[in-house]
Amino acid sequence: MTLLRVENLAIDLVRDGHRHRLVHDASFSVERGETLAVVGESGSGKSLSALAVIGLISEGLEVAGGTIHFDGRDLSALDAEEMRGLRGSDIAMIFQEPMTSLNPVRSIGAQLTEGMRLKLGLSRREARERAVGLLTEVGISDPEARLLQYPHQISGGMRQRVMIAIALACQPKLILADEPTTALDVTIQGQILELIARLCKEHGVGLVLITHNLGIVARYSQNVCVMYGGRVVETAPAAELYVHPLHPYTRGLLASVPRLSQARGTGLVPIEGAPPDPMEVIPGCRFHPRCPMATEECSAKVPVARHAGAHMVACWNAELAEPEMA
Amino acid sequence: MSVFLIRRLFGAIVVMWAVATLVFFMLRIVPGDPIAAMLADAGGPDEIAAMRAKLGLDQSMLVQYFKWFALMLEGDLGTSLYGSHQPVTQIILEALPRTLSLALIAFVIAVAIAVPAGIISATRRNTATDTAVSFAAFLGLSMPDFWLAILLIIVFAANLQWLPAIGYVPLSEGFWPWLKHLILPAIAVGTAFSAIIARMIRSALLEVLKADYMRTAAAKGLTGRKMMLGHALPNAMIPVITVIGIAFALLISGAVVVENVFAIKGLGRVLIEGILNRDYPVVQGAVLIVSAFFVLSNLLVDLLYGVIDPRIRYS
Ligand SMILES: Nc1ncnc2c1ncn2[C@@H]1O[C@H](COP(=O)(O)OP(=O)(O)O)[C@@H](O)[C@H]1O
Ligand SMILES: [Mg+2]
Repeated sequence: MTLLRVENLAIDLVRDGHRHRLVHDASFSVERGETLAVVGESGSGKSLSALAVIGLISEGLEVAGGTIHFDGRDLSALDAEEMRGLRGSDIAMIFQEPMTSLNPVRSIGAQLTEGMRLKLGLSRREARERAVGLLTEVGISDPEARLLQYPHQISGGMRQRVMIAIALACQPKLILADEPTTALDVTIQGQILELIARLCKEHGVGLVLITHNLGIVARYSQNVCVMYGGRVVETAPAAELYVHPLHPYTRGLLASVPRLSQARGTGLVPIEGAPPDPMEVIPGCRFHPRCPMATEECSAKVPVARHAGAHMVACWNAELAEPEMA
Repeated sequence: MSVFLIRRLFGAIVVMWAVATLVFFMLRIVPGDPIAAMLADAGGPDEIAAMRAKLGLDQSMLVQYFKWFALMLEGDLGTSLYGSHQPVTQIILEALPRTLSLALIAFVIAVAIAVPAGIISATRRNTATDTAVSFAAFLGLSMPDFWLAILLIIVFAANLQWLPAIGYVPLSEGFWPWLKHLILPAIAVGTAFSAIIARMIRSALLEVLKADYMRTAAAKGLTGRKMMLGHALPNAMIPVITVIGIAFALLISGAVVVENVFAIKGLGRVLIEGILNRDYPVVQGAVLIVSAFFVLSNLLVDLLYGVIDPRIRYS
């Protein structure tokens, strides 16, 4: 059974009685113990989709359609209290901003153990012991001393390691990692990503790894889901997607990723134009104003997602997309 | 910690000195003469001069100041110009526990009401409950404390006869007798204070609830109660504590007024009688003590910061 299956998810912004759709018809799924990378420029709806899964989209936003099945349960059928029961213990989340995601006035130890005490019913002492083990696992030295420290006393990378430990604390089945390395120094981004991927694998935890860097996820994920302007434009196994990107946007993203096989500074082709304003109504495919292959059809009709080999792709001209890679 | 403390204590002493000096000269510059007040129309010019010399008021202001200051350093605040010439320290020591008891009870009642009220209105923002709390806070802020005092006496003392209307019983004569005499005056003093704190907690909480770490807490699946008490409130209290320190001034000045309505012979009574009579030593002493409390409460606030916010640890 698939661990997480999101189908046709729609998220609306509701303001003074007006509705504005921010996420349209998004579908993706994660198998047990596997990693799904969700890739897209900022503003494409990645965070919102993840927050909808864990039931934490902010006030003023609303899940307006679609279904979320987790571990065989329909999450939309759960009430607020049942959803809360699931958070932390079944689904955990790591956020982008390690500097502000930890409570500045509570010790690392308190923030790490409170979930375990509540969800696993551990005693203070058992929780402390488990916390020491978790900190060791996420590569923090001298864990006993760290438990007594406060967030401002440790570096950003270290804080993100603590966030990873918090996410793992109650043995969840799924972790949503929302750009966990974007705010970090480039020199440690790889380490942290490596750590998350390795620990999820070791613990058999499913992982949704959100990033705006398609290059970075190649090594860590089984499947990739590409989002653009609030829509999923292409989903495919990672190995397949890298070789045969079908959607022009995916190809644009790939072309803008530096590759080891390329000489430095060559072949980097950024996509022209800027991502759409989510408030702007764009008829047809939201990518068409930036798309080199756009036809009249693209500005008239929203492309329907369809199967193309191992891919799901939402583009009228996907067949025309000959893989450029050789 | 100690360096910080010493620096702050030194600052506190300078402030108290400045206040004491200011009051000393202001009392002598503003119109009004203790001798005239004392002798009324009875004394002739000779008697007035004799009395003036006896009390040392014939010397220049600066000489008087240095004499007073030298004695103060020894802990001698002088004696009252009136009656049995009671030492000022004794007058203050008698009055102080009454005012402190009143301020303390007012503080406890005010905070006990303000914290839940602030939490409720923040978590139920823009609901009827929030509006009701806001309205109550507005009412509490706009009611003059002496008027509220009279209202409380009429309702709870005169009509319902639940609590005594006037007087003070020391704690040594029992907790309940002490407390029951202080409840009405404490409510009169603490209401505005409570309203300010409740508003502050509400706005601080609204800010904190938007913070990233609150989302982290929610992602752990904590209960609303744990999120509020364990994560939101400790952060929200940081700005509130500053206001509590400032509002403490309100509480003491409120106590000074309200004491008179409830016939509690605290510092307020001492101060007002002293001013009316131009009893210089008494006024100077009382003001010195009141300013000491201001300065101390500010110091306490600074120390509390260090306790609540680990980012501020004095070294
Ligand atoms: N609370 C909110 N209120 C209004 N708009 C929002 C809110 N949260 C997100 N959005 C909008 O929804 C779009 C998608 O947001 P998000 O999922 O955060 O994108 P990203 O892919 O960068 O994570 C963004 O353009 C953002 O402006
Ligand atoms: Mg995001």
